[in-house]
Amino acid sequence: MKRTPLYQVHKILNAKFTEFGGWEMPLQYSSIVKEHLAVRATVGLFDLSHMGEFEIRGQGANELVQKLSTNDVGRLTDGRVLYTLFCNEAGGIVDDLLIYRHANNHYMLVVNAANIEKDLKWVETHNDSGAEVKDVSENTALIALQGPKAIDILNPLVLEQDVSEISFFRFAVDEVAGIPTTLSRTGYTGEIGFELYVDANSAEDLWNALYPAVMEAEGQPVGLGARDTLRLEAGLRLYGMDMNDDTNPYEVELGKFVKSKNRKFIGKNALLREKKKGIAKQMIGFQMLDRAVARAGYPVYQSGEHVGCVTSGAPSPSLKYGIGFAVVTSQTISEDDKIDIEIRGRMHPAKIVTAPFI
Amino acid sequence: MIPQNLKYMESHEWARQEGDIVTIGISDYAQSEIQDIVYVELPEIGTELTQKTEFGVIESVKAAFDLYAPVSGEVIDVNESLLDAPEQVNESPYDDGWFLKIRITNPSELDELLDADSYQAHIEAEHA
Repeated sequence: MKRTPLYQVHKILNAKFTEFGGWEMPLQYSSIVKEHLAVRATVGLFDLSHMGEFEIRGQGANELVQKLSTNDVGRLTDGRVLYTLFCNEAGGIVDDLLIYRHANNHYMLVVNAANIEKDLKWVETHNDSGAEVKDVSENTALIALQGPKAIDILNPLVLEQDVSEISFFRFAVDEVAGIPTTLSRTGYTGEIGFELYVDANSAEDLWNALYPAVMEAEGQPVGLGARDTLRLEAGLRLYGMDMNDDTNPYEVELGKFVKSKNRKFIGKNALLREKKKGIAKQMIGFQMLDRAVARAGYPVYQSGEHVGCVTSGAPSPSLKYGIGFAVVTSQTISEDDKIDIEIRGRMHPAKIVTAPFI
Repeated sequence: MIPQNLKYMESHEWARQEGDIVTIGISDYAQSEIQDIVYVELPEIGTELTQKTEFGVIESVKAAFDLYAPVSGEVIDVNESLLDAPEQVNESPYDDGWFLKIRITNPSELDELLDADSYQAHIEAEHA
């Protein structure tokens, strides 16, 4: 299994580890609930160095990212971030990712850890515009600081910027505790926060600069366990759970990230065809109406009829009941409709709600 | 740390014998490994349990864990308070966090369980 540059730090903090996408990552340091609630109340510190980063630059970079991306990269100006998808020719989702525009013909792509090799191959295969494509994942560490106190903790350590002025989905290049850092006002928790990209050799220094301030603010280091419940409460999908190569964006309610007008991209024709034909599946959010916990793979019923499957599910630490996503056959399903979820052979009541759950 | 007066399974359930009644729970080690218990599913009074077979489920935030019966017998009492307060399993695994009371059918089954020292050794082996 691969390890991030912060593996020893996690070990010293006595983290419990888990395998995720080929990486040995911290699952939790204290408890998932405690870490989750710390992010909602104060702040959490995350090692996300398993994520993949590609640099795309030089002549042809603009064309290459536009061609791969379902969302319109042409809308980006320097210092902005775009959430987008790569789709294959059949309209299936290759990955969901962030695109950072440093400058004209200069981008950073941030992809899911389990998809680094697949995505790199995908980008390289379609690079016929002569752009320079570089996988910088190994040399790049990613530390996230998320929660209502994130700005207060980060600001005193930053050289130039007032980070409170960096708005959502924008980024700045600056120094944090003397370390050259890309500060991105993004996250996967539903809270205010930053994702900090640094050279892998500086990962420990940055973590050690932030950690005391996080603890001082009654925050927590946060593992992948709470990262999953935080993203679920925030209504954010996870590639590999909620979608895969056979899922089209419309089936998981990501159609708003497909911008077809006046542009070409891989998968466009298939997606237009699918949309015209009518989408056979749809993603819903649900909350349990008893104390049971619905998890991925559990069957979903409506009026006794099997209509689909849970794709992500967990007990919500903030709400104290089970929540999740399910993909069901398209029908007139609306908010507050009752469904049943089969858990170990027994039906448990749930109702449809609109994500985000909090 | 591990109570001497209980018997244990390798799957971390404990059994406390009082006459022909056996109380069942999970060990402190198990609750600390599972953490954040949010749901407990237990059988109804009157259910017949068979030793080493599943009788219920506990769920943490992360996953579901099966519970195995340390002995065979009829369920005569269920800790209903766990339905509303499953965190008692974390807070008090040997007392308030008990699951069931069983009237045992075959007392010799208790001899097949681990004593405290063997269970301690089992945990150490599992953790190594």
